[in-house]
Amino acid sequence: MSKLVISAIGPASSVQDGGRYGAQRYGLTPSGAMDRLALAAANCLVANDPFDAAIEIGPFGATFTARDGAVRVALTGAPRSADLAGRAAALNTSMTLAEGESLTLGFARGGCFSYLAVEGGIRGEPMFGSLAVNARAGLGSPYPRPLQAGDELQVAAASGAAERRIELPAATDGPIRVVMGPQDDEFGDATKLFLDSEWKISATSDRMGYRLEGPVIRHLHGHNIVSDGTVNGSIQVPGNGQPIVLMPDRGTSGGYPKIATVATADHGRFAQIPPGSGFRFKAIGMAEAQAEARKFQQMLRTLPDRLRDIENFDLNLEALQHANLAGAAVSAVDAGTWQIAAPADALAQD
Amino acid sequence: MAAPFSQPRLLPSGDSAITVEFSRNIDDPANQRVLALDRTLAQTPITGVTETVPTYRSLLVHYDPLLIGFDALSERLAALAQLPVPPVVNTRRWRIPVVYGGQHGIDLEDVARSLKTTPDDIVARHVAGDYRVAMIGFTPGWSYLSGLADSLQMPRRQNPRLLTPAGTISIGGVQTGVQCLAGPSGWHLLGQTAVRTYQLHRDPIFLLEPGDRVTFCAVDAKTFAEQDRAAERGEIVAELMAS
Repeated sequence: MSKLVISAIGPASSVQDGGRYGAQRYGLTPSGAMDRLALAAANCLVANDPFDAAIEIGPFGATFTARDGAVRVALTGAPRSADLAGRAAALNTSMTLAEGESLTLGFARGGCFSYLAVEGGIRGEPMFGSLAVNARAGLGSPYPRPLQAGDELQVAAASGAAERRIELPAATDGPIRVVMGPQDDEFGDATKLFLDSEWKISATSDRMGYRLEGPVIRHLHGHNIVSDGTVNGSIQVPGNGQPIVLMPDRGTSGGYPKIATVATADHGRFAQIPPGSGFRFKAIGMAEAQAEARKFQQMLRTLPDRLRDIENFDLNLEALQHANLAGAAVSAVDAGTWQIAAPADALAQD
Repeated sequence: MAAPFSQPRLLPSGDSAITVEFSRNIDDPANQRVLALDRTLAQTPITGVTETVPTYRSLLVHYDPLLIGFDALSERLAALAQLPVPPVVNTRRWRIPVVYGGQHGIDLEDVARSLKTTPDDIVARHVAGDYRVAMIGFTPGWSYLSGLADSLQMPRRQNPRLLTPAGTISIGGVQTGVQCLAGPSGWHLLGQTAVRTYQLHRDPIFLLEPGDRVTFCAVDAKTFAEQDRAAERGEIVAELMAS
Protein backbone atom coordinates (compact mmCIF):
# COMPACT_ATOMS: atom_id res chain seq x y z
CA MET A 1 0.00 0.00 0.00
CA SER A 2 1.07 3.54 -0.71
CA LYS A 3 -0.42 6.78 0.49
CA LEU A 4 -1.34 9.85 -1.47
CA VAL A 5 -1.04 12.78 0.90
CA ILE A 6 -2.98 15.96 0.22
CA SER A 7 -0.21 18.48 0.92
CA ALA A 8 -2.28 21.49 -0.14
CA ILE A 9 -5.76 21.91 -1.64
CA GLY A 10 -8.36 24.62 -2.20
CA PRO A 11 -12.09 24.52 -1.45
CA ALA A 12 -14.56 22.63 -3.64
CA SER A 13 -12.28 19.61 -3.89
CA SER A 14 -13.54 16.18 -2.86
CA VAL A 15 -13.54 12.48 -3.63
CA GLN A 16 -16.18 11.82 -6.30
CA ASP A 17 -17.23 8.89 -8.44
CA GLY A 18 -20.22 8.01 -10.62
CA GLY A 19 -22.56 8.91 -7.74
CA ARG A 20 -25.05 7.01 -5.61
CA TYR A 21 -28.37 6.19 -7.17
CA GLY A 22 -31.49 4.43 -5.92
CA ALA A 23 -32.36 6.49 -2.83
CA GLN A 24 -33.58 9.75 -4.36
CA ARG A 25 -37.05 8.71 -3.17
CA TYR A 26 -35.72 9.19 0.39
CA GLY A 27 -34.22 12.58 -0.37
CA LEU A 28 -30.71 11.28 -0.93
CA THR A 29 -29.07 13.25 -3.70
CA PRO A 30 -26.81 11.29 -6.11
CA SER A 31 -23.72 13.54 -5.89
CA GLY A 32 -20.88 12.25 -8.11
CA ALA A 33 -18.49 13.93 -10.53
CA MET A 34 -19.42 17.26 -12.09
CA ASP A 35 -17.72 16.20 -15.37
CA ARG A 36 -18.26 12.48 -15.91
CA LEU A 37 -16.27 12.32 -19.13
CA ALA A 38 -13.20 13.78 -17.43
CA LEU A 39 -13.64 11.36 -14.49
CA ALA A 40 -13.94 8.38 -16.84
CA ALA A 41 -10.95 9.50 -18.92
CA ALA A 42 -8.75 9.85 -15.82
CA ASN A 43 -9.76 6.39 -14.63
CA CYS A 44 -9.23 4.92 -18.09
CA LEU A 45 -5.62 6.19 -18.14
CA VAL A 46 -4.78 4.12 -15.06
CA ALA A 47 -6.91 1.11 -16.09
CA ASN A 48 -9.64 1.68 -13.47
CA ASP A 49 -13.37 1.29 -14.08
CA PRO A 50 -14.78 4.49 -15.64
CA PHE A 51 -16.72 5.65 -12.58
CA ASP A 52 -14.30 4.63 -9.84
CA ALA A 53 -13.66 7.26 -7.21
CA ALA A 54 -11.09 9.94 -8.01
CA ILE A 55 -10.17 13.33 -6.63
CA GLU A 56 -12.28 16.13 -8.06
CA ILE A 57 -10.14 19.26 -7.82
CA GLY A 58 -11.90 22.64 -7.72
CA PRO A 59 -10.70 25.83 -9.41
CA PHE A 60 -7.72 26.37 -7.09
CA GLY A 61 -4.31 24.78 -6.94
CA ALA A 62 -3.37 21.59 -5.13
CA THR A 63 -0.31 19.55 -4.19
CA PHE A 64 -0.24 15.78 -3.77
CA THR A 65 2.67 13.77 -2.36
CA ALA A 66 3.40 10.05 -2.58
CA ARG A 67 4.30 8.34 0.69
CA ASP A 68 5.23 4.75 1.60
CA GLY A 69 5.84 3.93 -2.05
CA ALA A 70 5.21 5.16 -5.55
CA VAL A 71 1.72 6.21 -6.72
CA ARG A 72 0.51 6.23 -10.31
CA VAL A 73 -2.09 8.87 -11.17
CA ALA A 74 -3.75 10.52 -14.18
CA LEU A 75 -4.90 14.10 -14.62
CA THR A 76 -7.84 15.23 -16.78
CA GLY A 77 -10.49 17.97 -16.86
CA ALA A 78 -9.89 21.71 -16.56
CA PRO A 79 -6.54 22.79 -18.02
CA ARG A 80 -4.01 23.93 -15.41
CA SER A 81 -0.27 23.92 -14.91
CA ALA A 82 1.16 20.69 -13.48
CA ASP A 83 4.60 20.18 -12.03
CA LEU A 84 5.83 16.73 -11.08
CA ALA A 85 9.00 17.01 -9.01
CA GLY A 86 10.32 19.82 -11.19
CA ARG A 87 9.19 18.38 -14.53
CA ALA A 88 6.21 19.74 -16.46
CA ALA A 89 3.40 17.20 -16.53
CA ALA A 90 0.67 17.12 -19.14
CA LEU A 91 -3.08 17.01 -18.91
CA ASN A 92 -4.73 13.80 -20.16
CA THR A 93 -1.75 11.61 -19.32
CA SER A 94 -0.83 9.18 -16.58
CA MET A 95 2.29 9.75 -14.48
CA THR A 96 4.02 8.10 -11.55
CA LEU A 97 5.00 9.91 -8.38
CA ALA A 98 8.01 8.20 -6.86
CA GLU A 99 8.04 7.89 -3.07
CA GLY A 100 8.34 11.40 -1.65
CA GLU A 101 7.67 13.18 -4.95
CA SER A 102 4.97 15.84 -5.25
CA LEU A 103 2.59 16.80 -8.03
CA THR A 104 1.74 20.50 -7.86
CA LEU A 105 -1.23 21.85 -9.81
CA GLY A 106 -2.00 25.49 -10.57
CA PHE A 107 -5.36 27.26 -10.84
CA ALA A 108 -7.83 25.97 -13.39
CA ARG A 109 -7.70 27.97 -16.59
CA GLY A 110 -10.70 27.87 -18.91
CA GLY A 111 -12.53 25.32 -16.78
CA CYS A 112 -13.45 24.56 -13.16
CA PHE A 113 -12.81 20.94 -12.23
CA SER A 114 -9.91 18.60 -12.82
CA TYR A 115 -9.78 14.92 -11.92
CA LEU A 116 -6.88 13.02 -10.45
CA ALA A 117 -7.47 9.28 -10.71
CA VAL A 118 -5.24 6.89 -8.80
CA GLU A 119 -4.24 3.51 -10.20
CA GLY A 120 -6.21 0.84 -8.32
CA GLY A 121 -8.69 3.44 -7.05
CA ILE A 122 -9.10 5.08 -3.66
CA ARG A 123 -9.66 2.85 -0.62
CA GLY A 124 -12.82 3.65 1.28
CA GLU A 125 -16.07 2.32 2.64
CA PRO A 126 -18.81 2.68 0.03
CA MET A 127 -22.20 3.94 1.18
CA PHE A 128 -25.01 3.07 -1.21
CA GLY A 129 -22.29 1.76 -3.50
CA SER A 130 -20.41 5.04 -3.69
CA LEU A 131 -17.51 6.89 -2.07
CA ALA A 132 -18.76 10.26 -3.39
CA VAL A 133 -18.71 13.06 -0.85
CA ASN A 134 -22.08 14.56 0.04
CA ALA A 135 -21.05 16.75 2.95
CA ARG A 136 -24.64 17.82 3.77
CA ALA A 137 -25.70 14.21 4.35
CA GLY A 138 -22.46 13.22 6.07
CA LEU A 139 -21.67 10.78 3.27
CA GLY A 140 -18.43 10.04 1.52
CA SER A 141 -15.33 8.04 2.19
CA PRO A 142 -12.56 8.08 3.33
CA TYR A 143 -13.60 11.60 4.43
CA PRO A 144 -17.30 12.63 4.48
CA ARG A 145 -16.35 16.21 3.62
CA PRO A 146 -14.27 18.16 1.11
CA LEU A 147 -10.56 17.33 1.17
CA GLN A 148 -8.21 19.33 3.39
CA ALA A 149 -4.46 19.69 3.57
CA GLY A 150 -3.04 16.83 5.63
CA ASP A 151 -5.61 14.26 4.49
CA GLU A 152 -4.18 10.91 3.43
CA LEU A 153 -5.69 8.53 0.91
CA GLN A 154 -4.82 4.82 1.04
CA VAL A 155 -3.98 3.74 -2.49
CA ALA A 156 -2.30 0.86 -4.31
CA ALA A 157 1.44 0.90 -4.92
CA ALA A 158 2.25 1.94 -8.50
CA SER A 159 2.30 -1.01 -10.89
CA GLY A 160 5.11 0.31 -13.02
CA ALA A 161 2.93 0.16 -16.13
CA ALA A 162 3.98 2.34 -19.06
CA GLU A 163 2.48 5.81 -18.96
CA ARG A 164 -0.34 6.54 -21.39
CA ARG A 165 -2.06 9.54 -22.85
CA ILE A 166 -5.65 9.75 -24.04
CA GLU A 167 -6.91 11.55 -27.12
CA LEU A 168 -10.23 13.10 -26.21
CA PRO A 169 -12.56 14.69 -28.76
CA ALA A 170 -11.76 18.35 -29.40
CA ALA A 171 -13.60 20.58 -26.95
CA THR A 172 -16.52 22.51 -28.44
CA ASP A 173 -17.74 25.85 -27.20
CA GLY A 174 -21.16 25.64 -28.85
CA PRO A 175 -24.35 26.47 -26.97
CA ILE A 176 -25.43 24.29 -24.06
CA ARG A 177 -28.22 22.10 -25.38
CA VAL A 178 -31.43 21.79 -23.39
CA VAL A 179 -34.72 19.94 -23.60
CA MET A 180 -37.57 22.33 -22.76
CA GLY A 181 -39.74 21.49 -19.75
CA PRO A 182 -41.04 20.06 -17.57
CA GLN A 183 -42.67 23.41 -16.63
CA ASP A 184 -41.86 25.64 -19.63
CA ASP A 185 -45.59 26.35 -19.88
CA GLU A 186 -45.18 28.45 -16.70
CA PHE A 187 -43.16 31.00 -18.68
CA GLY A 188 -44.89 31.82 -21.99
CA ASP A 189 -42.86 34.29 -24.06
CA ALA A 190 -40.08 34.32 -21.46
CA THR A 191 -38.86 31.00 -22.90
CA LYS A 192 -37.78 32.96 -26.00
CA LEU A 193 -35.85 35.41 -23.82
CA PHE A 194 -34.26 32.44 -22.04
CA LEU A 195 -33.08 30.91 -25.31
CA ASP A 196 -32.08 34.15 -27.06
CA SER A 197 -29.98 35.65 -24.26
CA GLU A 198 -26.38 35.36 -23.22
CA TRP A 199 -25.92 33.99 -19.68
CA LYS A 200 -23.10 34.02 -17.20
CA ILE A 201 -22.39 31.66 -14.32
CA SER A 202 -22.53 33.56 -11.02
CA ALA A 203 -19.59 33.30 -8.65
CA THR A 204 -22.07 32.17 -5.97
CA SER A 205 -22.31 28.72 -7.51
CA ASP A 206 -21.39 25.36 -6.09
CA ARG A 207 -21.92 21.62 -6.46
CA MET A 208 -25.63 22.04 -5.61
CA GLY A 209 -26.44 24.59 -8.26
CA TYR A 210 -25.01 27.07 -10.76
CA ARG A 211 -26.76 30.41 -10.54
CA LEU A 212 -27.10 32.27 -13.81
CA GLU A 213 -26.87 35.99 -14.41
CA GLY A 214 -28.77 37.53 -17.30
CA PRO A 215 -32.19 38.96 -18.11
CA VAL A 216 -35.02 38.41 -15.63
CA ILE A 217 -37.15 35.42 -16.65
CA ARG A 218 -40.70 36.15 -15.53
CA HIS A 219 -43.23 33.53 -14.54
CA LEU A 220 -46.79 33.66 -15.85
CA HIS A 221 -48.37 32.51 -12.58
CA GLY A 222 -45.82 33.24 -9.85
CA HIS A 223 -42.79 31.31 -8.76
CA ASN A 224 -44.27 28.89 -6.24
CA ILE A 225 -45.24 25.53 -7.56
CA VAL A 226 -45.88 22.39 -5.59
CA SER A 227 -42.56 20.57 -5.18
CA ASP A 228 -41.72 17.90 -7.64
CA GLY A 229 -38.67 15.84 -8.46
CA THR A 230 -35.45 17.25 -9.89
CA VAL A 231 -32.72 15.81 -12.09
CA ASN A 232 -29.11 16.79 -12.76
CA GLY A 233 -29.40 19.72 -15.15
CA SER A 234 -32.89 20.90 -14.11
CA ILE A 235 -33.06 24.65 -14.72
CA GLN A 236 -35.32 26.11 -12.06
CA VAL A 237 -36.35 29.75 -11.97
CA PRO A 238 -36.90 31.23 -8.49
CA GLY A 239 -38.76 34.44 -7.71
CA ASN A 240 -35.95 36.78 -8.75
CA GLY A 241 -36.08 35.43 -12.31
CA GLN A 242 -32.43 34.36 -12.33
CA PRO A 243 -32.27 30.67 -13.23
CA ILE A 244 -30.38 28.08 -11.19
CA VAL A 245 -29.07 24.97 -12.92
CA LEU A 246 -29.18 22.04 -10.50
CA MET A 247 -25.93 20.10 -10.21
CA PRO A 248 -25.12 16.67 -8.68
CA ASP A 249 -25.49 17.80 -5.02
CA ARG A 250 -29.00 19.24 -5.74
CA GLY A 251 -32.03 18.72 -3.51
CA THR A 252 -34.04 15.77 -4.82
CA SER A 253 -37.19 17.89 -4.99
CA GLY A 254 -37.79 21.57 -5.56
CA GLY A 255 -40.64 24.02 -5.57
CA TYR A 256 -39.64 26.42 -8.36
CA PRO A 257 -40.82 25.98 -11.94
CA LYS A 258 -38.26 24.32 -14.20
CA ILE A 259 -38.06 25.94 -17.61
CA ALA A 260 -35.74 23.41 -19.24
CA THR A 261 -33.21 20.64 -18.56
CA VAL A 262 -29.60 20.47 -19.74
CA ALA A 263 -29.06 17.53 -22.11
CA THR A 264 -27.08 14.70 -20.49
CA ALA A 265 -24.37 14.91 -23.15
CA ASP A 266 -23.68 18.53 -22.15
CA HIS A 267 -23.68 18.18 -18.32
CA GLY A 268 -19.90 18.02 -18.01
CA ARG A 269 -19.26 20.76 -20.54
CA PHE A 270 -21.70 23.01 -18.69
CA ALA A 271 -20.13 22.21 -15.29
CA GLN A 272 -16.76 23.35 -16.65
CA ILE A 273 -17.92 26.87 -17.66
CA PRO A 274 -16.08 29.23 -15.30
CA PRO A 275 -17.95 31.94 -13.39
CA GLY A 276 -18.11 35.10 -15.47
CA SER A 277 -17.85 33.41 -18.86
CA GLY A 278 -20.72 33.97 -21.26
CA PHE A 279 -22.66 31.16 -22.92
CA ARG A 280 -26.01 30.48 -24.56
CA PHE A 281 -28.62 27.75 -24.45
CA LYS A 282 -30.09 25.98 -27.45
CA ALA A 283 -33.31 23.96 -27.35
CA ILE A 284 -33.17 20.56 -29.02
CA GLY A 285 -35.88 17.95 -29.47
CA MET A 286 -36.18 14.79 -27.40
CA ALA A 287 -35.07 12.50 -30.26
CA GLU A 288 -31.89 14.51 -30.77
CA ALA A 289 -31.16 14.73 -27.03
CA GLN A 290 -31.56 10.98 -26.60
CA ALA A 291 -29.43 10.27 -29.68
CA GLU A 292 -26.73 12.53 -28.21
CA ALA A 293 -27.04 10.80 -24.83
CA ARG A 294 -26.51 7.43 -26.53
CA LYS A 295 -23.50 8.79 -28.47
CA PHE A 296 -22.06 10.14 -25.21
CA GLN A 297 -22.50 6.75 -23.50
CA GLN A 298 -20.89 5.06 -26.49
CA MET A 299 -17.91 7.40 -26.22
CA LEU A 300 -17.53 6.64 -22.51
CA ARG A 301 -17.57 2.92 -23.28
CA THR A 302 -14.92 3.21 -25.98
CA LEU A 303 -12.51 5.46 -24.08
CA PRO A 304 -9.88 2.67 -23.92
CA ASP A 305 -9.66 2.86 -27.75
CA ARG A 306 -8.39 6.41 -27.34
CA LEU A 307 -5.40 5.46 -25.21
CA ARG A 308 -1.98 6.01 -26.78
CA ASP A 309 1.55 5.22 -25.73
CA ILE A 310 3.71 8.16 -24.82
CA GLU A 311 6.51 7.79 -27.37
CA ASN A 312 8.70 10.72 -26.46
CA PHE A 313 8.89 13.96 -24.60
CA ASP A 314 7.77 16.04 -27.60
CA LEU A 315 4.30 14.62 -27.33
CA ASN A 316 4.14 15.68 -23.74
CA LEU A 317 5.12 19.20 -24.73
CA GLU A 318 2.50 19.24 -27.41
CA ALA A 319 -0.17 18.15 -24.98
CA LEU A 320 0.97 20.77 -22.53
CA GLN A 321 0.83 23.48 -25.15
CA HIS A 322 -2.66 22.38 -26.09
CA ALA A 323 -3.69 22.70 -22.47
CA ASN A 324 -2.29 26.20 -22.32
CA LEU A 325 -4.13 27.26 -25.47
CA ALA A 326 -7.39 25.94 -24.11
CA GLY A 327 -6.76 28.03 -21.04
CA ALA A 328 -6.19 31.24 -22.98
CA ALA A 329 -9.43 32.71 -21.65
CA VAL A 330 -8.22 33.07 -18.11
CA SER A 331 -10.90 32.27 -15.61
CA ALA A 332 -12.42 35.04 -13.53
CA VAL A 333 -12.38 32.75 -10.53
CA ASP A 334 -10.41 33.81 -7.51
CA ALA A 335 -10.22 32.54 -3.99
CA GLY A 336 -12.85 34.99 -2.76
CA THR A 337 -15.62 34.12 -5.14
CA TRP A 338 -16.10 30.37 -5.30
CA GLN A 339 -18.25 29.68 -2.33
CA ILE A 340 -18.57 26.51 -0.39
CA ALA A 341 -21.99 26.78 1.18
CA ALA A 342 -25.08 27.59 -0.84
CA PRO A 343 -27.27 30.44 0.37
CA ALA A 344 -30.69 29.36 1.57
CA ASP A 345 -32.53 30.76 -1.42
CA ALA A 346 -30.76 28.26 -3.66
CA LEU A 347 -32.80 25.67 -1.85
CA ALA A 348 -36.33 25.58 -3.10
CA GLN A 349 -38.01 23.88 -0.21
CA ASP A 350 -41.68 23.42 -0.65
CA MET B 1 -68.20 0.96 -15.37
CA ALA B 2 -66.29 3.70 -13.63
CA ALA B 3 -65.18 6.64 -15.74
CA PRO B 4 -61.52 6.42 -16.75
CA PHE B 5 -59.08 8.44 -14.72
CA SER B 6 -58.04 11.79 -16.09
CA GLN B 7 -54.86 11.32 -18.08
CA PRO B 8 -51.72 12.53 -16.29
CA ARG B 9 -49.40 14.88 -18.14
CA LEU B 10 -46.15 13.21 -19.26
CA LEU B 11 -43.54 15.94 -19.08
CA PRO B 12 -39.92 15.55 -20.17
CA SER B 13 -37.38 16.22 -17.42
CA GLY B 14 -34.45 16.15 -19.80
CA ASP B 15 -33.50 13.12 -21.88
CA SER B 16 -33.38 10.62 -19.02
CA ALA B 17 -36.45 11.26 -16.85
CA ILE B 18 -40.21 11.75 -17.22
CA THR B 19 -42.40 13.64 -14.78
CA VAL B 20 -45.80 11.93 -14.62
CA GLU B 21 -47.92 14.80 -13.35
CA PHE B 22 -51.33 13.99 -11.88
CA SER B 23 -52.12 17.45 -10.55
CA ARG B 24 -50.60 20.90 -10.26
CA ASN B 25 -51.76 21.23 -6.68
CA ILE B 26 -51.37 19.42 -3.41
CA ASP B 27 -54.35 17.14 -3.50
CA ASP B 28 -54.83 13.85 -1.79
CA PRO B 29 -56.39 11.85 -4.64
CA ALA B 30 -53.50 12.88 -6.90
CA ASN B 31 -50.97 11.79 -4.28
CA GLN B 32 -52.78 8.42 -3.98
CA ARG B 33 -52.42 7.93 -7.72
CA VAL B 34 -48.73 8.90 -7.56
CA LEU B 35 -48.10 6.32 -4.87
CA ALA B 36 -50.20 3.72 -6.71
CA LEU B 37 -48.16 4.14 -9.91
CA ASP B 38 -44.99 3.97 -7.83
CA ARG B 39 -46.14 0.64 -6.30
CA THR B 40 -47.12 -0.70 -9.72
CA LEU B 41 -43.67 0.07 -11.11
CA ALA B 42 -42.04 -1.59 -8.09
CA GLN B 43 -44.13 -4.74 -8.58
CA THR B 44 -43.90 -4.92 -12.36
CA PRO B 45 -40.70 -3.15 -13.36
CA ILE B 46 -40.26 -1.67 -16.83
CA THR B 47 -36.87 -2.43 -18.38
CA GLY B 48 -34.83 0.76 -18.49
CA VAL B 49 -36.51 2.46 -15.52
CA THR B 50 -33.75 3.04 -12.99
CA GLU B 51 -35.39 4.92 -10.12
CA THR B 52 -38.70 6.53 -9.18
CA VAL B 53 -39.26 9.56 -6.96
CA PRO B 54 -42.82 10.14 -5.72
CA THR B 55 -43.85 13.68 -4.82
CA TYR B 56 -47.20 15.23 -3.85
CA ARG B 57 -48.51 15.49 -7.33
CA SER B 58 -46.18 13.68 -9.68
CA LEU B 59 -43.96 10.66 -10.05
CA LEU B 60 -40.50 11.34 -11.42
CA VAL B 61 -39.37 8.32 -13.41
CA HIS B 62 -35.63 8.15 -14.12
CA TYR B 63 -34.68 5.91 -17.05
CA ASP B 64 -31.79 4.93 -19.27
CA PRO B 65 -32.40 6.23 -22.81
CA LEU B 66 -30.13 3.46 -24.10
CA LEU B 67 -32.72 0.93 -22.98
CA ILE B 68 -36.03 2.70 -23.63
CA GLY B 69 -37.02 5.88 -25.46
CA PHE B 70 -39.23 8.73 -24.30
CA ASP B 71 -42.20 7.82 -26.51
CA ALA B 72 -42.23 4.12 -25.63
CA LEU B 73 -41.91 4.78 -21.91
CA SER B 74 -44.56 7.53 -21.97
CA GLU B 75 -46.99 5.13 -23.59
CA ARG B 76 -46.33 2.43 -20.97
CA LEU B 77 -46.67 4.92 -18.10
CA ALA B 78 -49.87 6.42 -19.49
CA ALA B 79 -51.40 2.94 -19.71
CA LEU B 80 -50.33 2.03 -16.16
CA ALA B 81 -51.71 5.31 -14.82
CA GLN B 82 -55.15 4.25 -16.10
CA LEU B 83 -55.23 1.19 -13.87
CA PRO B 84 -57.52 1.48 -10.85
CA VAL B 85 -55.74 2.52 -7.67
CA PRO B 86 -55.20 -0.80 -5.90
CA PRO B 87 -56.31 -1.00 -2.28
CA VAL B 88 -53.45 -0.26 0.05
CA VAL B 89 -52.64 -3.20 2.25
CA ASN B 90 -50.26 -3.42 5.19
CA THR B 91 -49.88 0.31 5.54
CA ARG B 92 -47.40 0.99 8.29
CA ARG B 93 -48.53 3.31 11.05
CA TRP B 94 -45.94 5.14 13.11
CA ARG B 95 -46.28 7.12 16.31
CA ILE B 96 -43.59 9.76 16.57
CA PRO B 97 -42.81 11.38 19.97
CA VAL B 98 -42.39 15.16 19.91
CA VAL B 99 -41.31 17.65 22.54
CA TYR B 100 -43.28 20.79 21.67
CA GLY B 101 -42.35 24.41 22.24
CA GLY B 102 -39.55 26.13 24.13
CA GLN B 103 -36.09 25.74 22.66
CA HIS B 104 -37.34 22.64 20.77
CA GLY B 105 -40.09 24.51 18.91
CA ILE B 106 -39.27 28.19 18.90
CA ASP B 107 -42.26 29.22 16.78
CA LEU B 108 -44.99 27.55 18.86
CA GLU B 109 -45.99 30.74 20.71
CA ASP B 110 -45.93 32.87 17.56
CA VAL B 111 -48.05 30.30 15.75
CA ALA B 112 -50.54 30.32 18.63
CA ARG B 113 -50.70 34.15 18.54
CA SER B 114 -51.17 34.20 14.75
CA LEU B 115 -53.95 31.63 14.98
CA LYS B 116 -55.46 33.42 18.01
CA THR B 117 -55.26 30.52 20.40
CA THR B 118 -52.95 29.02 23.04
CA PRO B 119 -49.78 26.96 22.54
CA ASP B 120 -51.49 24.01 24.27
CA ASP B 121 -54.32 24.20 21.77
CA ILE B 122 -51.86 24.20 18.85
CA VAL B 123 -50.23 21.06 20.29
CA ALA B 124 -53.65 19.45 20.79
CA ARG B 125 -54.57 20.15 17.18
CA HIS B 126 -51.22 18.83 15.89
CA VAL B 127 -51.31 15.54 17.84
CA ALA B 128 -54.96 14.99 16.84
CA GLY B 129 -53.95 14.70 13.18
CA ASP B 130 -53.76 11.47 11.19
CA TYR B 131 -51.05 12.10 8.60
CA ARG B 132 -49.64 10.32 5.58
CA VAL B 133 -46.09 10.54 4.20
CA ALA B 134 -46.84 12.19 0.88
CA MET B 135 -43.22 12.46 -0.19
CA ILE B 136 -39.66 12.47 1.07
CA GLY B 137 -37.28 14.95 -0.46
CA PHE B 138 -35.15 18.05 -0.31
CA THR B 139 -32.59 16.49 2.06
CA PRO B 140 -32.27 12.88 3.29
CA GLY B 141 -35.27 11.76 5.31
CA TRP B 142 -37.16 15.11 5.10
CA SER B 143 -40.71 13.69 5.21
CA TYR B 144 -43.59 15.82 3.97
CA LEU B 145 -46.90 14.82 5.54
CA SER B 146 -50.39 15.49 4.23
CA GLY B 147 -53.44 15.69 6.47
CA LEU B 148 -52.72 18.91 8.39
CA ALA B 149 -55.89 20.32 9.98
CA ASP B 150 -57.27 23.45 8.27
CA SER B 151 -57.03 25.18 11.64
CA LEU B 152 -53.22 24.84 11.59
CA GLN B 153 -52.61 26.12 8.09
CA MET B 154 -50.70 29.37 7.73
CA PRO B 155 -48.31 30.83 5.15
CA ARG B 156 -44.61 30.03 5.39
CA ARG B 157 -42.21 32.50 6.94
CA GLN B 158 -41.25 35.51 4.83
CA ASN B 159 -37.59 34.88 5.60
CA PRO B 160 -36.51 31.27 5.65
CA ARG B 161 -34.05 30.38 8.41
CA LEU B 162 -30.62 29.28 7.25
CA LEU B 163 -30.30 26.68 9.97
CA THR B 164 -32.97 24.75 11.83
CA PRO B 165 -32.26 21.81 14.17
CA ALA B 166 -32.17 18.13 13.29
CA GLY B 167 -35.44 16.41 14.19
CA THR B 168 -37.54 19.54 13.77
CA ILE B 169 -41.31 19.08 13.50
CA SER B 170 -42.78 22.02 11.63
CA ILE B 171 -45.78 23.27 9.68
CA GLY B 172 -45.88 25.22 6.41
CA GLY B 173 -48.91 25.93 4.27
CA VAL B 174 -51.09 22.83 4.14
CA GLN B 175 -48.28 20.53 5.23
CA THR B 176 -46.49 19.33 8.30
CA GLY B 177 -43.09 17.71 8.22
CA VAL B 178 -40.45 15.66 9.95
CA GLN B 179 -37.01 17.05 9.22
CA CYS B 180 -34.07 14.76 9.82
CA LEU B 181 -30.89 16.77 9.30
CA ALA B 182 -30.16 20.30 10.45
CA GLY B 183 -30.63 22.68 7.55
CA PRO B 184 -32.50 25.66 6.14
CA SER B 185 -36.28 25.89 6.43
CA GLY B 186 -39.02 28.44 5.84
CA TRP B 187 -41.57 26.58 7.97
CA HIS B 188 -42.81 27.26 11.51
CA LEU B 189 -41.02 25.15 14.09
CA LEU B 190 -43.42 23.52 16.58
CA GLY B 191 -41.20 20.92 18.21
CA GLN B 192 -38.49 18.34 17.92
CA THR B 193 -38.35 14.55 17.79
CA ALA B 194 -35.52 12.20 18.67
CA VAL B 195 -36.59 9.96 15.78
CA ARG B 196 -34.03 9.81 12.98
CA THR B 197 -35.81 9.26 9.69
CA TYR B 198 -32.34 8.83 8.18
CA GLN B 199 -29.47 7.23 10.04
CA LEU B 200 -26.40 5.62 8.56
CA HIS B 201 -25.28 2.27 9.97
CA ARG B 202 -28.82 1.52 11.20
CA ASP B 203 -31.15 -1.00 9.62
CA PRO B 204 -33.19 0.45 8.03
CA ILE B 205 -31.20 3.52 7.04
CA PHE B 206 -34.44 5.27 6.02
CA LEU B 207 -37.29 4.79 8.49
CA LEU B 208 -40.32 6.14 6.65
CA GLU B 209 -41.64 5.22 3.21
CA PRO B 210 -43.93 7.34 1.08
CA GLY B 211 -47.46 6.18 1.91
CA ASP B 212 -46.76 5.38 5.60
CA ARG B 213 -49.27 6.79 8.15
CA VAL B 214 -47.98 8.96 10.97
CA THR B 215 -49.38 10.32 14.23
CA PHE B 216 -47.56 12.42 16.81
CA CYS B 217 -47.60 12.25 20.61
CA ALA B 218 -46.30 14.86 23.01
CA VAL B 219 -43.42 14.01 25.35
CA ASP B 220 -41.56 16.14 27.89
CA ALA B 221 -38.01 17.40 27.51
CA LYS B 222 -36.60 14.72 29.82
CA THR B 223 -38.15 11.92 27.74
CA PHE B 224 -36.87 13.58 24.58
CA ALA B 225 -33.34 13.63 26.00
CA GLU B 226 -33.54 9.91 26.89
CA GLN B 227 -34.97 9.04 23.49
CA ASP B 228 -32.30 11.11 21.81
CA ARG B 229 -29.57 9.09 23.51
CA ALA B 230 -31.31 5.85 22.53
CA ALA B 231 -31.68 7.04 18.94
CA GLU B 232 -28.03 7.99 18.86
CA ARG B 233 -27.25 4.35 19.68
CA GLY B 234 -29.31 3.25 16.70
CA GLU B 235 -32.68 2.58 18.35
CA ILE B 236 -35.68 3.52 16.27
CA VAL B 237 -37.63 5.31 19.08
CA ALA B 238 -40.69 5.78 16.87
CA GLU B 239 -43.42 3.31 17.72
CA LEU B 240 -44.67 1.01 14.97
CA MET B 241 -48.40 0.54 15.57
CA ALA B 242 -50.48 -2.33 14.23
CA SER B 243 -51.17 -2.00 10.51
